[in-house]
Amino acid sequence: MAPTSYSHELRGNVAVEYRQFFKDGFENQFNNNVSLSAQPEYFHQWDNGDQLITFTPFARLDQRDDERTHFDIRELSWLGVYGFGELRLGIRKLFWGVTESQHLVDIINQTDFVENIDGEDKLGQPMINAAFIQDWGTVDLYVLTGFRERTFPGAQGRPRSQLIVDKNLTEYESSDEEKHIDFAARYYHYIGVWEFGVSHFYGTSRDPNLIPTLNTQNEAVLKPFYPIINQTSLDLQAILSNWLLKLELISRDGQDKDYGRYSAATGGFEYTVVGIFKTIADLGIISEYLYDERGSDADPGSVMASPFQNDLFLGARLALNDVQSTAVLAGLIIDLDRGDRFYNIEAERRLGDAWKLSLEARVFALLDETNPLRDFNNDDYAQLNLEWFF
Amino acid sequence: MKKRLLLACLALLPLSLFAETPEEKGLAIAVEADKRNSGWKDQKADLTMILRNRHGQTTERAIRTKSMEVENDGDKSMSIFDNPMDVKGTAFLSFTHATTPDDQWLYLPALKRVKRIASNNKSGPFMGSEFAYEDLSSQEVEKFTYKWLRDEPYEGKDAFVVERIPTYEYSGYTKQIAWIDKEIYQPLKIEFYDRKSALLKTLTNHEYKQYLDKYWRASRMEMVNHQTNKSTTLHWENYQFGNGYTDRDFDRNSLKRAR
Repeated sequence: MAPTSYSHELRGNVAVEYRQFFKDGFENQFNNNVSLSAQPEYFHQWDNGDQLITFTPFARLDQRDDERTHFDIRELSWLGVYGFGELRLGIRKLFWGVTESQHLVDIINQTDFVENIDGEDKLGQPMINAAFIQDWGTVDLYVLTGFRERTFPGAQGRPRSQLIVDKNLTEYESSDEEKHIDFAARYYHYIGVWEFGVSHFYGTSRDPNLIPTLNTQNEAVLKPFYPIINQTSLDLQAILSNWLLKLELISRDGQDKDYGRYSAATGGFEYTVVGIFKTIADLGIISEYLYDERGSDADPGSVMASPFQNDLFLGARLALNDVQSTAVLAGLIIDLDRGDRFYNIEAERRLGDAWKLSLEARVFALLDETNPLRDFNNDDYAQLNLEWFF
Repeated sequence: MKKRLLLACLALLPLSLFAETPEEKGLAIAVEADKRNSGWKDQKADLTMILRNRHGQTTERAIRTKSMEVENDGDKSMSIFDNPMDVKGTAFLSFTHATTPDDQWLYLPALKRVKRIASNNKSGPFMGSEFAYEDLSSQEVEKFTYKWLRDEPYEGKDAFVVERIPTYEYSGYTKQIAWIDKEIYQPLKIEFYDRKSALLKTLTNHEYKQYLDKYWRASRMEMVNHQTNKSTTLHWENYQFGNGYTDRDFDRNSLKRAR
């Protein structure tokens, strides 16, 4: 029998992943890939649970891509609970936002892009964070001590852009470079069926501008440039019986000095049918509209170009609610300007008590030359991931 | 004059007792049960679920629960999953309400994401078991209309048999029939009838233990689904009261730091 609260605990998972690509990639690339990963988590809590230390290292060993073979500390933090709220120090991962198709508001952690192009895998972020919890809402203040560069695939990595991102050439707007200290504040509250968060971030953009250039070997590469930005955001959700209504809105200044301030948004709904077809399964219908003011008119490769400027996401989530927790999420993003399509399917099922098998497939039908993601066109793939939990 | 009025009142009194309708009697039993189970303030307990399929194969789930009474409303509760391993650390926060839909959040540790859950999932299975969310949420008086059917002994105990009809939206049941122990005012057995009014499930509660000299808790619950022949056993252990919980133990921050 489980104790009612743990003081020490080690848990985690080890996984093997297989990817099959359906079309030939760039020169010297392969159509299959095997990869191993491990993510243990140790924690220790005391003081009746009011103090907690968490340590979560992560490592991946990739058959083909040296850049995807990497190690990261996802979390190494101390948390203390006090009368006013919580104080947290160290490397952490956190999530802001409500929508499914993209995560505009979620800005604190850098994307671990070699893990998955969906942007949901993140690198650990060093920080000092105080949370003030009041009846009228929660205020979080963040001092972000140190910047993490986005990971990008190497020459053998897939999916990737035609030009390789050369991290040796990385430049920053701030002379403090990756030591620039960033600040963020967030107010969150919920009133009845409404939940909302208002946030502001000042500091080094997590999104690099990728600038085509020549490296020291005279090869054409992409140089990441990280500007200083200000981003103000709103995330809003309403729960109206079977309907979840969702909105994320950002206004960002500084990403491109010539363009100036721009806004982007994701908004839509998730409608859940409980017990579909007289079974115990639930079906969720999801639709979201993706908007970016910068549009699709920009030159290809320009930092102004945005893949999701006028796009529609349609998706369905099926949860069988069985003992194995079988679930499938299928989705499609249609670019209403360019006509491009991006198909996505994710499915998972528990095997026994400690194993999970996941399937993921992505198909790119990106024909328009102004789409910044068009290089992924030959990178359609299906992936099987087998995880063991301990 | 006063004496005559008093006499008249006395004369009416037994009449009003006799005039109690089955609905009034059913409600009175529910109110009494609620009264007897009020004032426990907070509790924690460990729950083991044994899920059994029609072939008798079993799967185990382990959950730690804590909950707190809220005056003039439903309870606040938090469940932390320890097994199966892939959902270890997943935490579920629920504010039950007497008349309005419950508020529910799920914390997904892998994504560090708190997700609000739509309130129409009441009839859905909890963790793949034969218990629906609505079977496990706090039983507020206002959640049902009642009708006393008869008195009948159940397994050697005197019991009221009461029909109750959910008043909240999205229930998976048209009615429940409960055998309430006359001595401790706790359900010994509940039959659940589905949307076609067919018998769907039967719950039996076993090994009631008294805590703080007042509050009765079943140590074992057996739910049998008659339509699928699947069943679930809940074992409740390590009940602890007087933990001194506050609202702060049941907010989004405590959900995120639950381990």
